[in-house]
Amino acid sequence: MTNGVAVELNNLTREYGSVKALDGFTLHIEPGEFVALLGPSGCGKTTALRILAGLDEATSGSVSVGGQDVSNVPANKRDMGMVFQAYSLFPHLTVLDNVAFGLKMRGKDKNERTSRAADMLDLVGLSAHKHKYASELSGGQQQRVALARALAIQPRVLLLDEPLSALDAKVRTQLRDEIRRVQLEVGTTTLFVTHDQEEALAVADRVGVMSQGKLEQLAAPADLYANPATPFVAEFVGLNNKVPAEVSGGQAQLLGTSVPTLEGSIGAGPGLAMVRPESVTVSPDPAGTSTVSSVAFLGAISRVYATLQDGSVISAQMASSGARVFSPGSSVTVGIEPTGVLVVKGDAA
Amino acid sequence: MKRTTLGGKVFRAALWVAFGLFFLFPLYAMADFSTRNLISGGRTLRAWQNLVADEALYQSIVISLLLAVFTVVGMLLILVPTMIWVRLRTPWAKGMVEFLCLLPLTIPALVIVVGLRNVYLWVTYFLGESALTLTFVYIVLVLPFAYRAIDAALASIDLKTLAEAARSLGAGWATTILRVVVPNIWSGILSAAFISIAVVLGEYTIASLSGYQTLQVQIVQIGKTDGPTSVAASLAVLLFGFVLLLVLSLVTRGRRRTQALDATAPIPTGVPE
Repeated sequence: MTNGVAVELNNLTREYGSVKALDGFTLHIEPGEFVALLGPSGCGKTTALRILAGLDEATSGSVSVGGQDVSNVPANKRDMGMVFQAYSLFPHLTVLDNVAFGLKMRGKDKNERTSRAADMLDLVGLSAHKHKYASELSGGQQQRVALARALAIQPRVLLLDEPLSALDAKVRTQLRDEIRRVQLEVGTTTLFVTHDQEEALAVADRVGVMSQGKLEQLAAPADLYANPATPFVAEFVGLNNKVPAEVSGGQAQLLGTSVPTLEGSIGAGPGLAMVRPESVTVSPDPAGTSTVSSVAFLGAISRVYATLQDGSVISAQMASSGARVFSPGSSVTVGIEPTGVLVVKGDAA
Repeated sequence: MKRTTLGGKVFRAALWVAFGLFFLFPLYAMADFSTRNLISGGRTLRAWQNLVADEALYQSIVISLLLAVFTVVGMLLILVPTMIWVRLRTPWAKGMVEFLCLLPLTIPALVIVVGLRNVYLWVTYFLGESALTLTFVYIVLVLPFAYRAIDAALASIDLKTLAEAARSLGAGWATTILRVVVPNIWSGILSAAFISIAVVLGEYTIASLSGYQTLQVQIVQIGKTDGPTSVAASLAVLLFGFVLLLVLSLVTRGRRRTQALDATAPIPTGVPE
C-alpha cells in the first residue's frame, strides 16, 4: 500500500555563520519510500530533516512535497508527522489526548479524534495505556506513542529524527522493527535520520550517507554495503581496515591474494584497499608472519586484531567459537576472501 | 537512617518555638491592638468593621486589589510570550531580557518616580488621573520577581521540543503557547502571579510620591488619626499575603509530589516494549 508523496530536497544550503551545515544537498524520495540519512554528528542530516519539516530555514535551495514547492510554508501547515530524538509527549495530556492533539488542531470532532487515536494506539500496541501520562511510560513506550501521534494526522511525510537513540539496545531493536512494520502498513513516505549504520541498513529502502553537508552516496542497503562509492562511505559502513594494495587490470593484489576492484577504485598503481573485517581470514600458523595483538569478545562474534609484517594492524571478525584458538602473541597467517574491494589512493584514506 | 537524639529533638523544638514567637508575636500584638477599645476599655471589632465602613479605606482596598489584578494580567501578557519567544527564537537576547527585567531591583523607588514623572504626564493626559495608571509602574516593579519564577519553570521543561512537536502537529504559535507551554509552566505562572500580588499590595513609596490613594497610603494616613483601624488594615493585608503564599506552597507542593510520584512509578511490566 502506498499513501506517500514524492519529496524533493533540491540543492539545499544552510549556513550558521561561517559553518555550512548543508552544502548543496540534494535528495529525491519516491512516494511511499523509506529513506534513511546516515552520518556522523554534525554532518547535516538533522538539519536536512528539520528544513523538510519547516522547523529550520534553508539559506538557499528548495523543498518540494508532492510536486508542490513548500519552501515558504510554515511547519504547522506542512502536514508532516515527526518523531523527535528527545521525548516529546505533552506532559499535561494523557496518551490518548497526545495522539488526538494533531486531529484537534485539524478541527476533527471528538468522536473522530478518539476513534482515530485509539486506532493508532492499537497499531503500536499501547491501547491499554491510553489513560496514562507520559511520565508513567517507559522510554520505548513514549516513542511508540510519539509515532502513533505522528501517524494519527495521516501525514504526507513521516519524519523520524533519531527516535531510537535514547533507548537501550533491546528496546531499540524492537522499536526499529516496529517502525518499519508500521511504515509498510501505512505506506507513508518516510525520512529517518540516524548515526547508527545497523539501524539504517535494517529498516530503509535506501540509505543516504552524508558527510560535511553533502550526500556522499544514496543506495539500497545491500548495494551500499557491497559497493561503497567513496572512502568515507566505505569507512562509515564498516570497512575500517586499510590494507596496502597494488592495482592493475581491475585486480588488486593484497595479503597475497588477487581480488577484483570495485567501481570508484584507482585504475592502476599502489593504494589502500578498504577491507571489511568479516572479509579478513586469520588462521593459526607457527610459521606465519603476522602476530595476534588482541582478541575482543563481542558475544556471538569476536574481533581478532593482528599485526602484519609491515607493522600495520588489521581486524578480522569471526564467530566467537572460532576465535578461541587465538591468543595475543600467537603467530598467524592473514588472508582475504576474494570479494570486490575499493582501493583508494594512499593519501585519500 | 540517622536517628535524631533527644537533645536534637529538644533543640529543634526550641528553635521552632523561638521562630514562632519571633514571627507570630507581632501579629498577635497587631490583632490585640486592632481589637482594643482605646476609649472605654475592653474589646471591639470597630476597627475591622471600618475596613468596609470607611468609604476612603474601602475604595483604597478596591483600588489596590484592582491594581494587583491588572498588574498580574499585564505582567503575564508581556512576560510569558516574550520569554517563550526569546528561548525559542532569539536565545542570544536572553541575557539582555534578563538584565532589563532585573534592572528595577537596582533602581530606588524615588528615582523611578522622578524618572517616570514626564512619562506619566502623557499617561494621565490620555487615561486620566486614576490610581489604576500605577499598573504600568507596578508591571515594571514586579518584573524581577516574576521573571525568576517563570524562567525557572521554563527551564524545567524541554520547551524547544514541545513547541516543535506542537507545531509539527499543526498548532499555530498562539495555540502552542496557550495549550502546550502554559499548562506545563503553570506552577511558575502561579508563583509569578502571587509574588506580584504581594509586591503590589505592599508597595507604598511610589503610590505615595505619585499622590495616589492606594491601600498602603491610606493605612499610613489613617494611622495618624485612628491607630486600631490602620493596624487592622495592615494585619488584613499581611494575612491575605500569607494566605496567598500558603496557597502557592500547597499548589506547587502538590505538583512536585505528583511529579515525584510519576518519576518513581515503576516502568509498567507485562506489556510489550
